[in-house]
Amino acid sequence: MTLALFILALLILGSAAVAMALRNLIYSALLLIGSWAGIAAFYLWAGAEFVAFAQVLIYVGAISMVVLFAVLLTKQGHAPEPVEFTSLSRFITGLIAGGGVAGVLLGAILGMPLDVRTAQAAPSLTVKELGARLMGPHTASLLVIGLLLTVALLGAVLLASDKRPDQPEDAP
Amino acid sequence: MNAPGTDYYLERAPLVLRDAIVQWSPVPAQWLVHQLITIVAILAVFGTFFAFTTIAERKLLGRLQNRLGPNRSGLPWWKKGPKLWGLTQPFADAVKTLTKEDIVPAAADKLLHFLAPVLVVTFSLLTFAVLPFGRNLIPVDLDAALLYFFAAGAATELAIFMAGWASRNKYSLLAAMRALAQVISYELPLLLSVVPVVLIAGTLSTQDIVLHQGHWTFGFLPHWFVFTPWGAAGFVIFLVSALAESNRSPFDLPEAESELIAGHLTEYSGFKYALFFMSEYFGLTALSGLGVTLFLGGWQAPCPFLQFIPSYLWFMFKLVGMLVFFIWVRGTLLRLRIDQLTRLSWQFLVPLALINLGNAAFWALTAGWTGPLQLVRWGVSLAIIVVPFVLIGRRLSGTRAPRIYRYAAS
Amino acid sequence: MLGTGIIKGLLVTAKNFAGSYHDPKRLVTVQYPEERTKLPENYRNFPFLVTENATDPMGTLRCVACQICEKECPPQCIYIEKSKDKKPDAAGKPQLYPAVFAIDIAVCMSCQICVEVCPFDAIKMDQVFEIATTNRFAGLLLNREQLAKPNSYFHQIHPTDAAEIDARLAAERTAAEEKARAMAATKAAAAAKPASPVAKPQDEPRRSPQGEGGPAA
Repeated sequence: MTLALFILALLILGSAAVAMALRNLIYSALLLIGSWAGIAAFYLWAGAEFVAFAQVLIYVGAISMVVLFAVLLTKQGHAPEPVEFTSLSRFITGLIAGGGVAGVLLGAILGMPLDVRTAQAAPSLTVKELGARLMGPHTASLLVIGLLLTVALLGAVLLASDKRPDQPEDAP
Repeated sequence: MNAPGTDYYLERAPLVLRDAIVQWSPVPAQWLVHQLITIVAILAVFGTFFAFTTIAERKLLGRLQNRLGPNRSGLPWWKKGPKLWGLTQPFADAVKTLTKEDIVPAAADKLLHFLAPVLVVTFSLLTFAVLPFGRNLIPVDLDAALLYFFAAGAATELAIFMAGWASRNKYSLLAAMRALAQVISYELPLLLSVVPVVLIAGTLSTQDIVLHQGHWTFGFLPHWFVFTPWGAAGFVIFLVSALAESNRSPFDLPEAESELIAGHLTEYSGFKYALFFMSEYFGLTALSGLGVTLFLGGWQAPCPFLQFIPSYLWFMFKLVGMLVFFIWVRGTLLRLRIDQLTRLSWQFLVPLALINLGNAAFWALTAGWTGPLQLVRWGVSLAIIVVPFVLIGRRLSGTRAPRIYRYAAS
Repeated sequence: MLGTGIIKGLLVTAKNFAGSYHDPKRLVTVQYPEERTKLPENYRNFPFLVTENATDPMGTLRCVACQICEKECPPQCIYIEKSKDKKPDAAGKPQLYPAVFAIDIAVCMSCQICVEVCPFDAIKMDQVFEIATTNRFAGLLLNREQLAKPNSYFHQIHPTDAAEIDARLAAERTAAEEKARAMAATKAAAAAKPASPVAKPQDEPRRSPQGEGGPAA
């Protein structure tokens, strides 16, 4: 079990790291998508089927499209620009800032009292139970998210449409 | 449940075969052999199914267009031998694609150019894992099977984009973005047309949905979802969206020859092109299989006394029926433009699918109505979906007068 | 209502499908090469030389090597060499004949000008199109033996034209024979009168009666 987790972690973190190191923007985007797929595999490993497939559907299926469209529509040229070393002070500041954030995150994760049960098989949640819980105790969050998504969709439609009311319809 | 069918020897034959092979292999590898047999069986069955779909399509399209299809490829070693009605044509095509020169443009992104067809076939094949081919023949019985199916299908869009980008051809890229716009536009009606089924069946598992459709009223009318008002509407929306999802006529704008050569496939030749072609057919077969599962009762027989025909044969009959319908539609309808396509999806199918969802909710809430109230239930349910269909249809085509063909003979 | 047009279209194609099995109007495929469509009479492809009979093709060529077609041919694909001697033609009159008559059908554009200018109805348009060959140069240069086809074949492919030409030629031949008989009669009558100076009988026309008609049509 832990071997599988080790390989998954290597995949996720490795793709993300290589994505940051590469200069070709499309390669970075695709490796990031690979990292998200790795996270979906992690959810499967943890027994959360629904979340895993939702992750693939939303991240790999939709958000990746957004990222790729954004890269495509705004790309200036094909030659990847090399990043140059500007100054030592900037480098040290970067190291300190990044290290600080990493330290805070690690401290928070390791300091949290996680319930680690090794031998007992965790009860698997069927989709029906998930649905019942979403509609029961967690209805409020579901409704808020629904409202948020509707507003986002309406805003997107408004932003994208530029038709004035008196303009004639398109030709058939 | 359906007792006559469960113990029937023809039904159990594939399982008995598989268990025999598993027993015969060494114990440590038995779990591997068990899964491998399923995988090999699916690849073999649907590989040959794909091959014969291509020849069936060409011959059927030919007959629909007043001509014969290919009927010349006989057996290779018989010079004057029987022509076999052209049934060996797929093998001739396979030899042709394998021996064609594989051209990769010099400026193309070699890794992505190579990966795109591989990924597109992989994700199309992954969707076959949750289709229930028979009573006991589902490769992986997942609880969230439908979600898995759509997740695997969504990943194929990524491969389309990769194909268009990697060719380093601005027309390929443009066509890939149009293809992507088409696929994304029709994901929504596809998913929305499936949600009523989930609502009524109460489960995302495909095997359970098929079991839900297993009863017969008066002993001969099957309870398939397509025979309910919301099911019929959902099925029609599903059909249209499935055609658009797999880039098939009349939605074959991305790969039509008069459109930017071959769209995102322009720079592909030989076997890579064949892989894209294969993935399109696999996607179509998988979506047809899903349509059969969700709306046409899956592997259920239409009447109880027809249950002597094994369930996997029923699934195949229905699958073939759906594919024949798709080929019929291809031979009849004209190609849609990209703006007509997207308008159809967003302004017509999505509102209808949402209304259908309300329709299915009404159906579920009035499940207790019996006797003459049943007629009221059917009437109201039909009205809920037909009236908006007519009204939205009228409103959308109101600004465009019906075409008058002055010179075509009626 | 929306969708009725689609249903009607689906029914039309279904009728096509069902009809293609029993109704010949609904299946218009002609399975070449086992079946062929009937070519129209005026179809033309490349020229051929007409011979009067099939048993002695080289002896009964209508062509007299006048080289008019060679001069008129726009892409100049005809090559003719006159013979050194004269052989009697189909009407019995000694005529030149072509020792070499070659048409390069890789160049020929089937314009039919050679047919239009031939005064002897010797070269006509053929209808054969299955003349593909593996040799690009020698295989597409047709010589006299390959080009010669009998008049019966000409009747087969262009029946109205062949009938008209045969009728005209037969009429000319009979007219020429009449004339020859009349001439012989006057000559005999003139020879019977020994003393009177008689004009020398007119020279027989240089050209054979076939030429009197002028260019065909």
